[in-house]
Amino acid sequence: MLQIDDLSLQLPYYASWWRRQWAEVLAGVSLDVRPGEVHAVIGASGAGKSLLAHALMGLLPAPHRQAGHLTFKGQPLTAARQRQLRGRELALIPQSLSALDPLVRSQRQVRWAAQRAGHTAARAPHTANQALAHYQLDERAQQAFPHQLSGGMARRVLTAMAHVSSAQLVIADEPSVGLDPQQRDRVLNALAALAREGKAVLLISHDLRHALPIAQRVTIMRQGRCLETAPAAAFEGDGHALTTRYAQALWRALPDNHFTSPVTQPAPHVA
Amino acid sequence: MLDASGLRYGVAGQPAVLDDVSLTLDAGEWLGLDGVSGAGKSTLGHLLAGHLTPQAGTVTVDGAPLPRRGLRPVQWLPQSPELAVNPRWRVKQILEEAWTPPDALRDAFGIEPAWMNRFPQALSGGELQRVCVLRALAPGVRYLVADEISSMLDPLTQLALWQGLRRVADERQLGVLVISHDAALLNRLCSRRLTLSDGRLRPPKRYGAPPATAPGQSPASR
Repeated sequence: MLQIDDLSLQLPYYASWWRRQWAEVLAGVSLDVRPGEVHAVIGASGAGKSLLAHALMGLLPAPHRQAGHLTFKGQPLTAARQRQLRGRELALIPQSLSALDPLVRSQRQVRWAAQRAGHTAARAPHTANQALAHYQLDERAQQAFPHQLSGGMARRVLTAMAHVSSAQLVIADEPSVGLDPQQRDRVLNALAALAREGKAVLLISHDLRHALPIAQRVTIMRQGRCLETAPAAAFEGDGHALTTRYAQALWRALPDNHFTSPVTQPAPHVA
Repeated sequence: MLDASGLRYGVAGQPAVLDDVSLTLDAGEWLGLDGVSGAGKSTLGHLLAGHLTPQAGTVTVDGAPLPRRGLRPVQWLPQSPELAVNPRWRVKQILEEAWTPPDALRDAFGIEPAWMNRFPQALSGGELQRVCVLRALAPGVRYLVADEISSMLDPLTQLALWQGLRRVADERQLGVLVISHDAALLNRLCSRRLTLSDGRLRPPKRYGAPPATAPGQSPASR
C-alpha cells in the first residue's frame, strides 16, 4: 500500500538572525505498510515520528528539503498527489485535539469530512451519523462542541472523520495519549478494526506496550532514523529476538518487564 | 505525615467530585492512586497541594495546616509541563525559581547546561518534564503529587525520570503520591495503592491483582 524508501528531511533553523542552517530531522527512513496491517512506529519524543506523518500527508511547513521516494499503491506519492488524496485515500488522525474546529459541533465536522471524501451533500449526514454511532458517540456527543467532549470522545470524533473518508491508508499520530485504560483500548481497537477491513494503518506512538497487541509489525525510530522493523511477536521475553540494543532497552524498560535500563543502575524495587 | 481528612469538593448543582475523602501519606512513602478519567484524581491532587481549598475537611502536614503563602511543602507535578511554565522565561529562570539545584542533581535528571538559555518551547516534553520535576524539589518540599507525569514519555525516558525522582525521594524521605492509569507502573513504584471512584477512595479493585504478565512475559502473547 505505502512504501517509504530512504526518506530524508531537513528543516531550517536560524543559527543567528541572518544565518539559516538545515537540521536533518529524518535520515534514510524506509518502511512499508501493507493492507490489512497495523504498522506501529515507536520512538521517544523528538525521534521524528510526527514529522514522518506530516511528510506522508504533505503537511510540512513551506521551507523544507525532502529526499527519497514515497510510493502509494504503486504510484509515486508526489506533492500534487498528496493534495489530491488527502482526506480521501490518505487520512491522518492528528495528535493534537486542536485539529477540531472549536466552533463547530462534532456531527457537522464529520459531515464535512464525508463530503470531502466524495459523499454527496444529501448522503453525507447519514454517513456521518453512522460513523459517529459506530464509535459509540451518542446524540449528546454529536451535538457537542469540541471543548465539551472528553479527550477520549474527541479522539473518537477524529477517528470517525478518518473512517468516513474511506481512506485506504490511515495514519494515527499518538492516538492514545492522555486516555484512561478503557478509552485507550476503545480507540486502539477502532484502529485494529480499520485494519481488519483491509485498510493499512500506520500507528505512531511512544507507547510500545499498548501498541503491541494490535500491531503486526513495529518499527523503532530514534533521532530521525529507523533502527529496526520487527514483527510484534519479537517483543517477548528478554527481547532476544530484537536485533538492536535500543529496541531491547525500550522493551526491558517497561514497568511490566524489568523496569531497568542497561545504561543506568538497576531500578529500585519496592514490591 | 501528610494527613487529609474528610475532604469535600464539588461544583454547585452537581454531585460532589470528592466526598469525605481521607488519606495519609508518610514521609518516604510511595502511594499509588488510579481511577477512570473524571474521577477526581487531579482535583484531589490540587487539594493536597493547596491549589484548591476544600469545601469541607482539612489538609495538614505534620499537624500544621498548609501555609497560605511561600513555598508549599506539598508540590504538585503536572501532566503537561508546557502548561506549567512561563513561556517567556528561559529554562534557567524556570528551574531556579525556588532554589538552585546542585549540579549532581541536574546530572541525575539528565538536564543539560545547554538548555538553560533556551525558552521552554525549544525543549521536548520529556526534557521539560524533568525540568519541572527538579524545580519542585526545593529543600522545604516534603511531599510530591505526581499527576500522570510520565504518561507521554517513551519507556526509557519514563524510567530515567522515575529513577531520578526515586533517588531524591529516598535521600530526603519525601512522600510521593503517584497518580497514574498505568497499573504496572504503580505496582512497580508504590508500596500501597488506592482507587478513586464515585468521589470516594477505595482499595484498588479493577487492577488490584498483581500484574497480569510476569516479568519478561509479553503482553502481546497473552
